[in-house]
Amino acid sequence: MRRVIMDTIFIVILFLLQSTVFKWLSLANISPNLMIVITASCGFMKGKTEGLLVGFFSGLLIDIFYGDIIGFYALIYMVTGYVNGFFNTIFYDEDVKFPMILIAASELAFGLIVYVFRFLLRNRLDFVYYLIHIILPELLYTIVITIVLYRVILAISRFVDGLGKRGEGQVAE
Amino acid sequence: MNNKKRFSLPPKYILFILAIFCLGAMFVTFATKVSVAPIKNVVGYVIVPMQKGINKVGGWFGDKTLEFKTLEEVKKENKDLQAQIADLKVENSKLLQERYELDRLRQLFELDEKYTGYEKVAARIIAKDTGNWFNTFIVDKGEKNGIKKDMNVIDGSGLVGIVVETGDNWARIRSIIDDSSNVSSMVLSTQDLCMVKGNLELMSDNTIEFEKLVDSDNNVAVGEQVVTSNVSGKYLEGILIGYITEIKEDSNQITKSGYISPAVDFEHLSEVLIIKNLKEQPHTEE
Repeated sequence: MRRVIMDTIFIVILFLLQSTVFKWLSLANISPNLMIVITASCGFMKGKTEGLLVGFFSGLLIDIFYGDIIGFYALIYMVTGYVNGFFNTIFYDEDVKFPMILIAASELAFGLIVYVFRFLLRNRLDFVYYLIHIILPELLYTIVITIVLYRVILAISRFVDGLGKRGEGQVAE
Repeated sequence: MNNKKRFSLPPKYILFILAIFCLGAMFVTFATKVSVAPIKNVVGYVIVPMQKGINKVGGWFGDKTLEFKTLEEVKKENKDLQAQIADLKVENSKLLQERYELDRLRQLFELDEKYTGYEKVAARIIAKDTGNWFNTFIVDKGEKNGIKKDMNVIDGSGLVGIVVETGDNWARIRSIIDDSSNVSSMVLSTQDLCMVKGNLELMSDNTIEFEKLVDSDNNVAVGEQVVTSNVSGKYLEGILIGYITEIKEDSNQITKSGYISPAVDFEHLSEVLIIKNLKEQPHTEE
């Protein structure tokens, strides 16, 4: 229950930040993709179920607000969270490199999928341009933000888990 | 530990069920054009006030902690804010004065006299598209303020875009530099029609492209004004889009295409005007 509340708050806050604050902080018109960070993090930190649920609701929020087709982003984010869940078994808290690689890979896959479905299908063929000007800058910026954001997510997540355990312990006694 | 086992539905089934849901939703919204406005409205009531809030405190979200500050600190801040209000009032009256001056100057130059006659609503941009692929934004005025879909959006200098979606207290606007934007337009001096299209590749250069310009007499030159056309289905006639910066003949030898520098500075857009007059047209298919 605590985790549900925490994830909900995370999703809403990151969505708000992404649509407002980070649009002002954008470099060369590129802003980072915070939703992919929280989705991927939940995936490898807590497993497939939580990853896919967080992804689903993050995507749905974007769909509802900015999407022309409901379900498109929800599906992408959900699969991202699910796939990251596979790495839960080999995930180790303290190492920041591994999460960053996963988040970067998720972000790259996300960019490619959006390009294929929203641009390539409309006959925008200049892939290299989109790769250099949108996908890679977004990837870089997201990774930089991840260095900070991942630690925050990890710390809060641990704190909430800690609360939960203490609560359970008291009930058990 | 035990209560974790209560909902032990394997993740792949959840994934499967939700994926079906997503595909279903995509199909429904894409194929049947069923309105999802009610859902959007409900979510809008939760999210938009928050986005507005974030914007009001100047983007520094840390101001949320204000609530936890002691009353005295708040009082002190209140005083500061009062002073700021006084400052702003002075500034506001100055701006008002300047606006009158601008109006006078506009009359003098007979600039855009066509669209000063429309009834307009000023709206503040409170959020932008979360991704980097498209260029849409949300403003803080919605159906309650009389905003409807397909209303034209301008700023002081020219066409910004069009309202594509509305909620009770918000509206989503697609700018003309958005990759999926198409505007039927014409060259002001010769009245030749063309299509103005946004393009993501050009967005960073702050230009848009036009195509299908029929100009058999070779009268159109660089620097000409391009405005919305009289045959456009959704855009009111004669709103300035921008100036031609480059023009070249297409391979079919009939039409021309090229680039336009928009009149609006999309980088620094914070407030827009929404024209409340809709283009009247017989109801046909889109």
